[in-house]
Amino acid sequence: MDLRFTPEEIAFRDEVRQFFRTEIPAEIRRKVSEGRGLTREDYVTSQRILNAKGWCVPHWPKEWGGQDWTPIQRYIFTEEMLLAAVPLPLQFNCYMVGPVIAAFGSQAQKEKHLARIANLDEWWCQGFSEPGAGSDLASLKTRAVREGDHYIVNGQKTWTTLGQYADWIFCLVRTDPAAKKQAGISFILIDMKTPGITLRPIITLEGRHEVNEVFFDNVRVPVENLVGEENKGWDYAKFLLANERTGIARIGLSKERLARIKRLAREMPAGEGMLFEDAGFRERLAEVEIELKALELTQMRVVAAQGRRDPTKPDPASSILKIKGSELQQATTELLLEVAGPFALAAPVRGAALANDWPFDFDWADGAAASYFNNRKVSIYGGSNEIQKNIIAKAVLGL
Amino acid sequence: MDFDLSPEQTQLQDGVSRLMAARYGSLEARKALGSGPDGFSHEVWAQFAEMGLLGIPFSEAEGGFGGGPVETLVVMEALGKGLALEPYLATVVLAGGALRLGASAALKERIIPGIVEGSARLALAFTETQSRYTLSDVACSARRQGDGYVLDGRKAVVIHGDSAGHFVVSARTSGERRARDGISLFLVPADAQGVTRHGYATQDGGRAAEIAFSDVGLGAEALIGEEGQGLPILERVAEHAIAALAAEAVGIMAALHALTVDYLKTRQQFGAPIGQFQVLQHRAVDMLIALEQARSMAYYAAMMVEHEDAQERAAALSAVKVQINRSCRLVGQEAVQLHGGIGMTMEYLGAHYFKRLTMIESLFGDTPHHLRRVAAADGLAA
Repeated sequence: MDLRFTPEEIAFRDEVRQFFRTEIPAEIRRKVSEGRGLTREDYVTSQRILNAKGWCVPHWPKEWGGQDWTPIQRYIFTEEMLLAAVPLPLQFNCYMVGPVIAAFGSQAQKEKHLARIANLDEWWCQGFSEPGAGSDLASLKTRAVREGDHYIVNGQKTWTTLGQYADWIFCLVRTDPAAKKQAGISFILIDMKTPGITLRPIITLEGRHEVNEVFFDNVRVPVENLVGEENKGWDYAKFLLANERTGIARIGLSKERLARIKRLAREMPAGEGMLFEDAGFRERLAEVEIELKALELTQMRVVAAQGRRDPTKPDPASSILKIKGSELQQATTELLLEVAGPFALAAPVRGAALANDWPFDFDWADGAAASYFNNRKVSIYGGSNEIQKNIIAKAVLGL
Repeated sequence: MDFDLSPEQTQLQDGVSRLMAARYGSLEARKALGSGPDGFSHEVWAQFAEMGLLGIPFSEAEGGFGGGPVETLVVMEALGKGLALEPYLATVVLAGGALRLGASAALKERIIPGIVEGSARLALAFTETQSRYTLSDVACSARRQGDGYVLDGRKAVVIHGDSAGHFVVSARTSGERRARDGISLFLVPADAQGVTRHGYATQDGGRAAEIAFSDVGLGAEALIGEEGQGLPILERVAEHAIAALAAEAVGIMAALHALTVDYLKTRQQFGAPIGQFQVLQHRAVDMLIALEQARSMAYYAAMMVEHEDAQERAAALSAVKVQINRSCRLVGQEAVQLHGGIGMTMEYLGAHYFKRLTMIESLFGDTPHHLRRVAAADGLAA
């Protein structure tokens, strides 16, 4: 048992750390750190810098741009990216549809899409959830009916993150209404410019346009856009959801946020001194820090075991990463809210001055409540924490 | 970075687990082993010696086997699972640790071989009426007399102090009651003139003692380390104690969780195994999360307990104890709750696990104590 990184791993860490902090524009990283929304251009700029370096899709097969990295290197890479507040490569492209096409897509699909997915020449969004299919995803109703060499798609998807920027959407659709639940689902790729697709924004509680509803009205999709076999889509979806466990806990993100909270608390007056000197605040901070340290170790246990475990057997340590990781992300936003104090009330003022040039003391504070509100999602998406517990109860505890 | 045990460590784990299964196979067996006046089995203790467990942390030069924190972790986890009553922590980790970390070669040579072969059992006497968990709060005094010292004062809740042959005692040779300097450690024979002790049972089935020292004359050779410089030794011992207790707690929590999940699968109510009820499933998952987080911190403890930077090490071990304590409480309470009435009974194994977990929380610092320390330290080492 040796929990230290090797000298090679430390050298690798220093190399990626240096790259992230010098090559990715500081303005983009500042927005990430402050929890402000990124523009489409920000995502594209950052991802193309990574891709030019060959670091956008290290976890993909080598022939499609992957790197021969160990699980530990991949872990270090992702953590360093989060610590440097670099936007992760677009999840829908690089961690979802890309690996699915690489693993199950046709040669034509691979050649058409993979390089463009990595370079963000194509922006993808995810068409899984529906109004009636949230945690019970397999009850989805969007239908695709074969008609000659096309599928005719009808239905509605929702919670489509950043769909307003998307060129393509990968969808789970029902192709066999007679089959029971999971059995009649297929995985298809749909060009967002196809006639019959309507996108409607959903404004989330903090005021941002992050998610959308997508409506499909007799949308004609060429059959060559089917991934793998018809009615096997549920298997590919499971592969997609299990594909990238590393980093799901977002330890680096929470660490980065804690460091920021400490900086801000040192400058936030409270009582005779600064908030950071308040013992109660420091203890609440320590509580989060301790749990985060434990989770970091838990994550390292999962990473160290990767590749040596029987992949069909659930790893009790990995199953807790999503639950605990999301809880801690949320806990850090609560601390941030506490640091902002009364200034948390300010709705986005976007900058240091109010309309009449009156200076606003804490120009970051308008982002505190927004982060807190927005982060309520992390225990809901990707399989709510309650669903995760169901999975653990069944798969790990055998209940 | 790897979390695997070496073949030798795996062998050690198998050996201790087999011994525990053979001797502590049931609650009745445990009761029988603890029925003697010392509250543990001398026969099992001799088996520990035979297996080499009592020499693990001591170097080969000291007569031990040169094991490290991971070996201790392996042993403590197995002893936890078995709910062992023997004074392993008291003798090997605590008092033995103080000797190992502080004593002169001559003193080590006099005592450690006896520990390793099982003939010497020791206890660490450091808690006082007023001290709570503050190691530097020492009222017990040792004043110079001739070449030696005269020891006066009282020590409280000395684990296995009722049957130990020697005590390692913290006493003030100078300074105010709470001063960091001026604390010295002494090796005191239990049968020395002026020592009186009152043994009693502890909540977890173990033993402890209140000890009074009245004009106890000690030779210069009784001093462990430098005069007045005992606190750093004591602090290091406490860190090793936390690492050992973390491993013990993980062994207990894993066993208690397994017991609880098993119960959920077998106990029938409303015509179904109660484990089919989602509200209970989720609580069993919460226990698992607490267990795995604790296990991670037990590994962290093994990694950090030999870390060179004293401040980082102290903060790390305090963080470990906070997580361990939290997990102990959650797993213990939930286990009782999920068992229902049977979990409240003396005849149920789970209840004994719960009791030991609760006592572990109170050893070497409770949650508020260590949380304050982490908060003051501002950050944990990577």
